[in-house]
Amino acid sequence: MKVIVCVKQTFDTEAKIELKDGKISEQGINLIINPYDEVAVEGAIQLKEKGVASEVIVVSAGSDKAIDAIRTALAMGADRGILIKQDTGADEYARAVALATAIKAENPGLVLAGHVAADDGASQVPTRVAEILGFPHVNVITGIEIADGKATCTTEADGGSAVIEVAVPAVISSQVSWNEPRYPSMKGIMQAKKKPVANVDAAAVENKTKIIEFSLPAAKTAGIKIEDEVDVCAAKLADWMLNTVKIQVK
Amino acid sequence: MAGTWVFVEQKDGNIRKVTFEMLSELKKGGDEVSAVLFGKGVEGLATDLAKYGADKVYVADDDVFAAYNTGAYVAQITAMIKEYKPNCVLFAHSFNGRDMASRLAQKLDAGLATDAVAAEITAGKGIFTRAIYAGKAIAKVEVAGDPVLATIRPGVWDVGDTAGAGEVVKPALAVTPADVYQVQKSFAATVSARPDLAEAAIVVSGGRGCKGAEGITLVEQLADVLGAAVGGSRASVDSGWLGHEYQVGQTGKVVLPNLYIACGISGAIQHLAGMSSSKNIAAINTDTEAPIFNVSDFGVVSDLFKTIPLLIGELKK
Repeated sequence: MKVIVCVKQTFDTEAKIELKDGKISEQGINLIINPYDEVAVEGAIQLKEKGVASEVIVVSAGSDKAIDAIRTALAMGADRGILIKQDTGADEYARAVALATAIKAENPGLVLAGHVAADDGASQVPTRVAEILGFPHVNVITGIEIADGKATCTTEADGGSAVIEVAVPAVISSQVSWNEPRYPSMKGIMQAKKKPVANVDAAAVENKTKIIEFSLPAAKTAGIKIEDEVDVCAAKLADWMLNTVKIQVK
Repeated sequence: MAGTWVFVEQKDGNIRKVTFEMLSELKKGGDEVSAVLFGKGVEGLATDLAKYGADKVYVADDDVFAAYNTGAYVAQITAMIKEYKPNCVLFAHSFNGRDMASRLAQKLDAGLATDAVAAEITAGKGIFTRAIYAGKAIAKVEVAGDPVLATIRPGVWDVGDTAGAGEVVKPALAVTPADVYQVQKSFAATVSARPDLAEAAIVVSGGRGCKGAEGITLVEQLADVLGAAVGGSRASVDSGWLGHEYQVGQTGKVVLPNLYIACGISGAIQHLAGMSSSKNIAAINTDTEAPIFNVSDFGVVSDLFKTIPLLIGELKK
């Protein structure tokens, strides 16, 4: 079974966000694989190790820089990559169309992706890709078993966890608690340089949404800070909670 | 045009508060507000929905809707949208809401704003405010569409008390067997006496300073005195003291309670992103230089192991 993993290159989660000319500045920002997608890459490699996946293909839509995200996934153990050149201003719709077009050409048995990107936080793209491909999907999984043409997924759900079964091919999106992504070995990094990465242009579609303004949240100002004996600290904190925040104690 | 719709979040006959928040907010606009309710044996909930502003309640009651099912729910609402032509449909930004809205948006070839914290909706257009980079930046997004689609973060709007007529409308069932492509084999409800982290009015979180299970137990004890939810930083989740579902921050949950109490949390940028929009923030940390104090309304430089028991004592006085 051919497994495709969609990866997005995002800012490091420790990055401080600044604006330049009204846009999010990329200056000095360390770029990483979206942490949720990294888990999907690990999941795909584990499926290959179990003999379920025959080939793991990494697909990313983005700028030329996204090649680094693909190379990282290849160093982890994916077999080859596809870089879809797309403006980073593409919205979830345009991104999903670009990814689905490239995925369809590969005729995969399974498509994996992170359930959300750490940058835009939209959590739309995997589900949209599934709809375009006409595949079933399951979101926010923490475990998967594939057998008899079915994917049985453990998922996080509202108020608990559910086990959902779908036929494959399907689009499955990962929660970060699914697995612990491996660090690429030195050997893996060397091998990744030789693995093939195809370059394709994104399907030409217009965005369905438009960002009209970026801003930064109002800076929080530090309030009261008490440095005193612990009983004084506790008493003052309790007083603030009860009389300023006006909480109710059970 | 049939006004604005709110898709009802309910499980086992309990409507989530975010549904009432959305109804109340839309009711302020003066347009006709409708609730869209899917489930089995749920018609009785229409009264509650009317109480918070629903002029109409569209009820699709069938076995196929007993548990959330993407394909069935999307097929049903797609047919209803075509028939009744709402100008806007809002969903809760929950696991189900964002799943359903994303699949629906693509089916309609439409845009979608997810996890919005504010909305300005006019005919055929919505301008939604979204927190991006988990709240480190804010984007205003314009979504044109017929209908305009968005998911709304729980807790950003207040529940009002303006009632609507609550007229029950029963649309035709529009689900085919092919739509039921997901089969729910089992569901394990989280057994907790504590409120849901995403909706709690008070959150008590523990970080690296908790040092282990003992520290987390203190955090839980304080939470229980306050009727609060328990959360944690990435450090306490990575250390295995708390499950990932408790993580607050950029790769966890974004919370905005009335009061957030950070215990032994230094305040890494990715954690601050998840909690700094809280209305009131308290911090307990031994390190006077900890960045958490820069966003705290009230901080105490002290050891949580000594402070929390004394604090509980003071609160119970």
